[in-house]
Amino acid sequence: MDFKYTIEGGDFSRAGHASSDVKKLLKQLNIDNQLIKRIVVALYEAEVNIVAHAKNGVIDVSILPDQVFIKLTDQGPGIKDINLAMQEGYSTASQKVREMGFGAGMGLPNMKKNADKLNIESTPGVGTTVELTTFIQ
Amino acid sequence: MKVSDLVEKLELEVYSGENGLSNLVTGGYTSDLLSDVMGHASENQVWITLQTHKNVMAVASLKDLAAVILVKGFKPDADMEAESNTHNIPVLGTKQEAFEISGKLYGIIGKF
Repeated sequence: MDFKYTIEGGDFSRAGHASSDVKKLLKQLNIDNQLIKRIVVALYEAEVNIVAHAKNGVIDVSILPDQVFIKLTDQGPGIKDINLAMQEGYSTASQKVREMGFGAGMGLPNMKKNADKLNIESTPGVGTTVELTTFIQ
Repeated sequence: MKVSDLVEKLELEVYSGENGLSNLVTGGYTSDLLSDVMGHASENQVWITLQTHKNVMAVASLKDLAAVILVKGFKPDADMEAESNTHNIPVLGTKQEAFEISGKLYGIIGKF
C-alpha cells in the first residue's frame, strides 16, 4: 500500500499532520504498537526537518508485508556534512524555530535510534532525501 | 491514577481537552524541547512544559501522552487549545515553576 503527502516548508501549523495520518493508518492495519511508536518518532522528526529547513517536500509511505518504507524528498538547502548533522546537539535551525522547542539537534539521532535503517542523501543547494525503513517481524 | 485526580491534588487549572480528564496517568516528563519529548517520553505520561503552541499537541498526540501541564502561569495559544480538544488531551496549568510541579507530581506517582 502506498500513500503520499506533500509538505510545505515553514508551515509549522501543519507540522506533524502526515505523521499523525500515518500513525492512524498503521493502527488500522494492526501493526504492532511498539513498532508504530518507533516509526512515528522517526517520521515526525523527518517531517519537521522539511518544515524547518526546506522549501517543500514529499513523503512517500510504502507499507509492505515485511516492512514499512518511508521516503522523504525535499527541495531545500541540503546538508553539507551529514556526519556532523548526525551528532546529537548539532543544529542549523533558526532562532525562531529554536524558541518553539525545535532545533535542539536531536532529530537525526532520534531517526537513527528509531528506524531499523536510515539512509540520507543530500546535495547542498538542491535538497535532501531521507529513507526510513522499519521491518515488521 | 487519572488526569482528573492530578487536577484535584495539584490544584491545576483546566484550559482545554476536558474529554481527556479520564486519561490514565502513569508518570511524567519535564522538557521544553519537542524532540526530547518525542525521543524519550512514554505513553500515558504527563508533559510539563512552558511551550504554549499547537505543535506541543501534535507531539503529545503522537506519543499518546495523558495531558500537558503549562508552568509559571503560561496559557495555551488558541490553536493549542483547539488541538487539545480534538485529541482529547487536556492542557492544564499551574503558577508554579517546572521544578516545583515536577517534584509534586513525582511525589504523587513516582517515576515509571
